Amino acid sequence: MIERPKRRLRVNPILCEGYGYCAEIVPELIGLDDWGFPIVDPRPIDGAVLEDLAERAVATCPRLALLLEQVPPGS
Amino acid sequence: LVDALTKSGLRGRGGAWFPTWRKWAGVAQHTDGHAVVVINASEGEPLSSKDRTLLSMRPHLVFDGAALAAETLGADDVVLYLSRGNKETETVVRQALKERIDAGVREPPVRVVHTSHRYIAGESSAVINRVSGGPSKPKFSLQRSSQKGVNDHPTLVQNTETLAHVGMIARYGSDWFRRLGTDSAPGTMLMTVCGNVRTPGVYEVDPGAQLGGVLAAAGGTTTPAGGALIGGYFGTWLPASWLPGLPLDVDTLRKTYKVALGCGVLAVLPYNGCGVVEAARIFSYLAAESAGQCGPCVNGLAAISETMDRIAVSDAVPTDVDRVQRWIAMVRDRGACHHPDGAVELLSSALTVFGDHLRLHVSGQRCFGAEGTGFPPPPPPGRGWR
Repeated sequence: MIERPKRRLRVNPILCEGYGYCAEIVPELIGLDDWGFPIVDPRPIDGAVLEDLAERAVATCPRLALLLEQVPPGS
Repeated sequence: LVDALTKSGLRGRGGAWFPTWRKWAGVAQHTDGHAVVVINASEGEPLSSKDRTLLSMRPHLVFDGAALAAETLGADDVVLYLSRGNKETETVVRQALKERIDAGVREPPVRVVHTSHRYIAGESSAVINRVSGGPSKPKFSLQRSSQKGVNDHPTLVQNTETLAHVGMIARYGSDWFRRLGTDSAPGTMLMTVCGNVRTPGVYEVDPGAQLGGVLAAAGGTTTPAGGALIGGYFGTWLPASWLPGLPLDVDTLRKTYKVALGCGVLAVLPYNGCGVVEAARIFSYLAAESAGQCGPCVNGLAAISETMDRIAVSDAVPTDVDRVQRWIAMVRDRGACHHPDGAVELLSSALTVFGDHLRLHVSGQRCFGAEGTGFPPPPPPGRGWR
């Protein structure tokens, strides 16, 4: 079976204005700091359910500051 | 030349100590004949003066290195990136560039791009932003500047001192270069020594030597040392007992001592100074030098700085330190650039090394070092980003 490449969340901190919707959608992967800005789990996302939610968080960000990137092989 | 650089083991002297050959190979891979070479002479670090000293004393060596980079990487644009407001360096540089043109040297002309003197103006993405016509603020990018840099051309951003070493390696070879330094950090390095020493200045140092030798070269300390800051404002505070025997090899420092050598600054604190107070001052400067783009940096550094200011004047309680420690962990790795990371590393080392001072500061007692002088104060924050 060919394994799908793993992905992880990244935030563009320059675009992010701390709306915080992402942390509501997928609190398993995104927390908020004391000022309401997202702290994103840097590890590859494990499981289709979480990945689905991550995609939804990406699509919901009003600033388009959240993105899913492929984890480079070997890291 | 990339082969020679690989053999030489030259690593970037701007602070990151990244292997120079790898940087060059990255640009070479993407070059289309319109690559850009940027001589990074912005030197935003207030305690450092090695780059402008070198550029003022041996401008042609730096320009040789840049010309070699341009030839090797197929660059038709060479930029000297300078902080505004240094007349002396400016004059020397203009004269040297004229001499090269008069001598008929076949190389792309060097154009000078100025930036407002800001701490992070020399960060690679900020350099590219400024040279492309924007402000000298860092940018977020998933692509490397070797691929897409100045106006989307493959770009080499290289520190001034590093380019001078390139000039020397081209002239004398990689074996010659390796005669000094360590296996992992060959060649000499420039260190700016300041603070509580008899003869502050820029020194060319063998990274295989010990810190005590550098202090001796600078005439020793004027009064006993109370500690030192190595690596500049993104560097690490050291206890006084470490000063004589500390090695200067960047990897040994990082791995064994958890110390960042950075751009090679050594600032010595006098025995009657207080590292907590100095760190709070520096942190306040760094908070003001945030480009104001990323939430964790803007809010986090401001919050930490406000609390550290109270700790510095002994208007604080032990839980303030807990909050600072929590915020230090919170802002790490969350900016578009490493400004917040560098700032909290400096502070974190100060809180560890000067633990006895810190206890006085949070128990309402006056710290005997709070009024100490002799450690260079941070400059006022810069203005503008162009």
